[in-house]
Amino acid sequence: MTGWNLVGFLLVLATAAGIFIFSSKKVRARYPALFRKIPAITRLKRAIGLSVEDGSRVHVTLGNADLTDTANTSALVGLSALHSIGQLSANSDQPPVSTSGNGGFALLSKDTLRATAAETNTRDFYDPDLGYLAGATPFSFALGAMDVIDQSEVKTNVFIGSFGVEAGLLTTRAEDRAPFTLAASDSIVAQSVFLATSRDVLIGEELYAVPAYLAYRPAHIASLRVQDLLRILTGGALLIGAFLKGLGLI
Amino acid sequence: MKIVNIIVAIVSGIIVLLGYFFKLPELENLRGSLLNWALVLSGVAGLVAILNLIFSVHWKRVRDKHPLKGTSLIIIISFGVTFIAGIFLGPSNPGFQKLVTAVQVPIESSLMAILAITLVIASLKILQRHRNWMGFVFFVSVILFLVLNSGVLAFTSEIPILRDLLSAFHQVPVAGARGILLGVALGSIVTGIRVLIGSDRPYNG
Repeated sequence: MTGWNLVGFLLVLATAAGIFIFSSKKVRARYPALFRKIPAITRLKRAIGLSVEDGSRVHVTLGNADLTDTANTSALVGLSALHSIGQLSANSDQPPVSTSGNGGFALLSKDTLRATAAETNTRDFYDPDLGYLAGATPFSFALGAMDVIDQSEVKTNVFIGSFGVEAGLLTTRAEDRAPFTLAASDSIVAQSVFLATSRDVLIGEELYAVPAYLAYRPAHIASLRVQDLLRILTGGALLIGAFLKGLGLI
Repeated sequence: MKIVNIIVAIVSGIIVLLGYFFKLPELENLRGSLLNWALVLSGVAGLVAILNLIFSVHWKRVRDKHPLKGTSLIIIISFGVTFIAGIFLGPSNPGFQKLVTAVQVPIESSLMAILAITLVIASLKILQRHRNWMGFVFFVSVILFLVLNSGVLAFTSEIPILRDLLSAFHQVPVAGARGILLGVALGSIVTGIRVLIGSDRPYNG
């Protein structure tokens, strides 16, 4: 085992321990979570509420990350968001619709919608065809997802996952057709495209805060806290490294 | 059944993760086998999802006389032709590859051209969408780095002060991208571990 492997292993252990500790009831009661305001997520919650009131549908698209790819955590966040949106819109007779560009995530989105329908006792409205593969290549996925954006009952679009430049086609169409669009991705390219084409964009790690802000589940809040700690440690390490480099010690 | 799914997922994830850190032959073999199974399952999932797209989404549209039934019919026929040709000729057959690329490449090139125009128009409208400092800074940065990377300032390489200044400017987007990527990487680690320890389950079983 090399030194860096050991550091990686310890980081994984520390992160898992951190999630367990911050999820515990005792720690949560003693140190209640303080959320900074993220306007885009506040507007998303309002849009979900409005969709329940006016009987419209929320469209969640998970991008085209592969299930076996290392960049798929953003799509996993998208699935968590789909679950929370399904719960928040349980009173609506139009459950959310989900599109993805990967077969594995398409099946997981069906499963998430099914689980949400079971949890909220809305099995009557559950339709397995509401979670599907829009296309197998990035552009065919974009065209398939645009079909859903064009549906008259879709008035809120949420893009959370791994996207490429083709995301520009999706967000441009969504901004034209629907009153609210939220866009977030782990890809730098997609983030810059989103910022140019969409009003409500999440930059960088804000994407990973979506499940915690939508559902307030202990595990999600704990993972945000661990993320904050890791960010402080990384920032500190970078500053110390820069200082030592400046002194010529490394 | 649900608990079995959770245990299988967690144990498999831990074995694969440990295989990255500990280079033990038995662990590596087990990890390799699990990853191969995952790849096969992912391929099967892809096929299931494509069949679902064809028969549940597009066939339903044709049957229900949806306004886009014509497009759906073309998709079904194209899929059938490609699928049958792929089975009989094999995916590596030059004729089959030519058939696929002769359709796919021109369509995707056209879409890329549309995308380029869409992004130019979107960039011009950015100050309408983001009437705040972020939108303004993004807009100015785009213009600045388009000018810097266009080569019109190539003459500055002869002037030491300007050359150093422009070199420093070129580092700014790299630093920004690194900052964003660090945040994304930390988020990915925490999300992955949350799924690994079963705190968050995208698989419900």
